[in-house]
Amino acid sequence: MSKASKNKKYGWIFWGILIIAVYVWAILGMNLSGIQSSAVQVTKSIFNGICHPDWHYVYNGSGEDLVSLIIQTLAIAFLGTFVSAFLSVPFAFLAARSSKHLQVRSKIGKFILVFIRTFPEIVLAIMFIKAVGPGAFAGVLAVSIHSIGMLGKLFSESLENMDHGAEEAILSVGGTKSDALFLATLPDIMPQFLSYTLYRFEIAVRSASILGMVGAGGIGTPLLFAIQTRTWSRVGIILLGIVVTVTVIDWISGTLRRKLG
Amino acid sequence: MNEVPKRSFAQRFHLKLVVWSVLFIVLLCGSAALTGVNWGEFFSNIGQFFSLIGKMAHPDWKYIQIVIQPVIQTLQMAIVGTTIGTLIAVPFSVVAARNLVKNPVVRGIIRFILNLVRTLPDLLLAAIMVAIVGIGPSAGVWTLAIFSFGMISKLFYESIETIDDGQLEALRAAGANYFQIIVFAVLPQVIENFISYFLYTFEINVRASTVLGYLGAGGIGMLLQQSLDSFNYSQTAIIILATLIVVLIIDGLSNYLREKLD
Repeated sequence: MSKASKNKKYGWIFWGILIIAVYVWAILGMNLSGIQSSAVQVTKSIFNGICHPDWHYVYNGSGEDLVSLIIQTLAIAFLGTFVSAFLSVPFAFLAARSSKHLQVRSKIGKFILVFIRTFPEIVLAIMFIKAVGPGAFAGVLAVSIHSIGMLGKLFSESLENMDHGAEEAILSVGGTKSDALFLATLPDIMPQFLSYTLYRFEIAVRSASILGMVGAGGIGTPLLFAIQTRTWSRVGIILLGIVVTVTVIDWISGTLRRKLG
Repeated sequence: MNEVPKRSFAQRFHLKLVVWSVLFIVLLCGSAALTGVNWGEFFSNIGQFFSLIGKMAHPDWKYIQIVIQPVIQTLQMAIVGTTIGTLIAVPFSVVAARNLVKNPVVRGIIRFILNLVRTLPDLLLAAIMVAIVGIGPSAGVWTLAIFSFGMISKLFYESIETIDDGQLEALRAAGANYFQIIVFAVLPQVIENFISYFLYTFEINVRASTVLGYLGAGGIGMLLQQSLDSFNYSQTAIIILATLIVVLIIDGLSNYLREKLD
């Protein structure tokens, strides 16, 4: 038997043992026995609530009803994504790898973006609540900062992959660097930027709908309140609202992105 | 004499661009009004925000010892949750794949359910799961299981749909039953993709699991909530740093394994 195939044979055993060990470690550490006895009953009442949603909550003109708060959630996501699309452009240029410059710059930029992506959005929201008070504005700020992490990464990747011919053409006929940026780089990259921004908007709608759980506006606040007070018919109608909204937004954004791409 | 090509009214006045711009500005102003944007307040109070950052810049290094156990629990939650989600996702993805199930009604219903599951944000699932199974890591595991179920089944059925049909036909012609076709024709073609997607979902779940505890679903998030509620930002900083390190390690590991697969 040759050495390579022998290695392969034993490699298989090695991976098998490793995977089993990882699972034993994970499951033993979990202590899964902690499921409360009322679980089945609560599940039943949740399904009951979802089947009999509280239709009166949909619109009652108080500004605290489902429709108003869903619209507020969409506004948080829209505004946050808009601000973040602008803020992420400099980060993207910082993180994009180019052969001419030192790789250190791109490494630093990439690390900053990873850090922003990892910084939990709800912690950001809480920090902004300290600054501007609880409400939708704190949510907008949290979405704007947190989205930089992902948009910056996507933008920088599309900058790395773009065709630099147009830039070089402008520079070689005597155009300045800003000419190259505005006449070659940006027009070239714009459709992709827009497409990524729309995609990020879809994600922002989902996160804006839970930011309210820490008091940053939108539908999350009444949802958490309804769950904690076990008002399952209210939970049902809010879930229904979120599902419908997210589906519609995904569909619209998907259609627009197909047109762009 | 050359004739200048005639441009329609809409083209001459860039009607499309104008309509889109106006719509966009209206949406922006509307959103700003709805969310109560107040930049004056923001800039006058931004000091508060930076003083918080300042407190976070002095991490409480002794807190590391307390953080280690919950970090490990977070990882365990992510491993078990992702695995449960994947195990449930496999049969669903087989039924949802266009080339395996010819019945459009069954496929449509399954895909509809999967789409519904995917619309739910992770923290929302966590809040409901905490209500169902109680505070603790089990809630986190079930949250991650449902969350990864939605994502993985879509990735899986899309990958099943790209396989080579020739092997399916060959087995079908040789008289293999449905189960045999899946095991001997489908699985060998998709197993590498499946493992790669599993690792990718695991990465996302590790990120997600670090905040689930904020609502009581176990792991490092529980400490996050404690430290934030007691205004102990030097501890918050340690938690965020620990999260960052774990995420970086898991991402690196998963990327290494996925590259090895290709």
